[in-house]
Amino acid sequence: MNTKKALYNYCLRLADNNLIAGQRLAEWCSNGPILEEDLAMTNFALDYLGQAEFHYNYAAELEGKNRSGDEIAFTRSERQYFNCLLLEQPNGDFAQSMMKIFLYSAFAKLLLGALTHSQDERLAALATKGIKEIKYHFRHSSECIIRFGNGTEESQHRSQFALNEIWPYTADLFEMNDTDQALISLGIAVDLNSLHTSWLLSVNEILNAANLSVIHNQHMYKGGYKGNHTEHLGHLLCEMQYLQRAHPGAIW
Amino acid sequence: MKTPEERLNHFNACIESEVKIEPKDWMPDEYRKTMIRQLSQHAHSEVIGMQPEGNWVLRAPSLRAKKILLAKIQDEGGHGLYLYSAAETLGISRDEMIEQLHSGKAKYSSIFNYPALTWADIGAIGWLVDGAAIVNQISLQRTSYGPYSRAMVRICKEESFHQRQGYEIMTTMMNGTAEQKEMAQDAMNRWWWPSLMMFGPPDNESAHTKQSMQWKIKRESNDVLRQRFIDKTVDQAHFIGLTVPDKNMKFNESTQQYEISPIDWEEFKQVISGNGPCNHKRLSHHIKVHKQGKWVREAALAFSKNQQKNKATLFTN
Repeated sequence: MNTKKALYNYCLRLADNNLIAGQRLAEWCSNGPILEEDLAMTNFALDYLGQAEFHYNYAAELEGKNRSGDEIAFTRSERQYFNCLLLEQPNGDFAQSMMKIFLYSAFAKLLLGALTHSQDERLAALATKGIKEIKYHFRHSSECIIRFGNGTEESQHRSQFALNEIWPYTADLFEMNDTDQALISLGIAVDLNSLHTSWLLSVNEILNAANLSVIHNQHMYKGGYKGNHTEHLGHLLCEMQYLQRAHPGAIW
Repeated sequence: MKTPEERLNHFNACIESEVKIEPKDWMPDEYRKTMIRQLSQHAHSEVIGMQPEGNWVLRAPSLRAKKILLAKIQDEGGHGLYLYSAAETLGISRDEMIEQLHSGKAKYSSIFNYPALTWADIGAIGWLVDGAAIVNQISLQRTSYGPYSRAMVRICKEESFHQRQGYEIMTTMMNGTAEQKEMAQDAMNRWWWPSLMMFGPPDNESAHTKQSMQWKIKRESNDVLRQRFIDKTVDQAHFIGLTVPDKNMKFNESTQQYEISPIDWEEFKQVISGNGPCNHKRLSHHIKVHKQGKWVREAALAFSKNQQKNKATLFTN
């Protein structure tokens, strides 16, 4: 794989992660358990969508086919999305949504931290901008998880159930392929293996404080970065792409 | 200590000389009740209004449109929070206000009982609904209750962005494909009359206007505000090629105002009394979400109690 193609794919992965995260979080709009949390979830959604827009525009430039960032974001098919499996999972209850953000932002915080040193200046600049937001998502979701774990019996059950449901999608976050291989030696991409220990440490610290425990030896699902998704992604895309697909070429 | 008469005189003098009434000031019970009713209705409207717009967030046609719409809905939620807090200064809690919303005792703006059917409705809501709201809210910046007046100053700044966002959507669609133009005109046809009804019944039939005007809670009458909105909006519609769905509308050269056909107040009464297209849906959605979120609120309370207990143990040991 040549560098430019690899960089395009890598950019899409970052963009797709942000877009799918934003789309799922936006589902909380007018559905939050309390107005403040409704606003927090949609505020996170805005952060992710903002980052997605930058990454898609960069991907469009790299591709050089005169497509806009929006066209790339809205008109690909299921197998052409490179987001991780964790983010496309349905929201479930508030504990599951929070658990997804917690486990993902713990990962994204490390990834963006490492990407600020990328040899690709654009990626480094986007990471520098994005990491401030992600750190806040991590802080907010960590506090929520600790509160749920030490709240009522019900919130404890729900957050433990959420962890059990979401954990099997976490190995996928660290799964590398040809794209990573082509870029790591050039100092553009991050070796995801190098983040795993730090991720486990920071996640476990919060889970311990929340009295929640990981069930080990669960089957781990993988394949998102290669475009092998769960069935949920197609439904999400149907809804998200509706207007773009129904009115090709229209400007909104 | 002032006698009841002195207190009332002082209150009236404040109103008369445009001195704002503040939370700790004495005020007549009726004034307090009216303010609570109006503030809670306004807050609930902001929150219920998140639903028809939220209906399109997931289907917004571009990243920019999705971001702008989300940010706008967040503003509305923020206004809700702000207004709930302003109402709380009068001695009612947010929980009580939500209970009253659910029981039907407290109302929200009837406009949100209409459905947002196409993407053009997001344009029409921003342009017409927020446009109508701004005309009302600019007037309310001078309302006599301090916290409400200050909230309005802040809220008006954001609302003017919302109106521009809506008008931008309509403009883009009117410059777009035949289908987009049709959608935009259809949205205009459906939202025009309901947005005129947002100003409330005609002055001679408005139940609350007289007293509210005396207390300077309300600064201008429903009909005056409605006419101001019409004159501003009709020109905007024509400018982008939209037709106002009122065949008999005339421009009166001598008054320099548009004269519209009679408003169908029967429809207004029906929607207000619960028979609009989405009354049941909006309220039952709010109730459902509130119930589903109960465990989250309980967990936060329980956690904070535990924390305080732990702190206390720390000190006693």
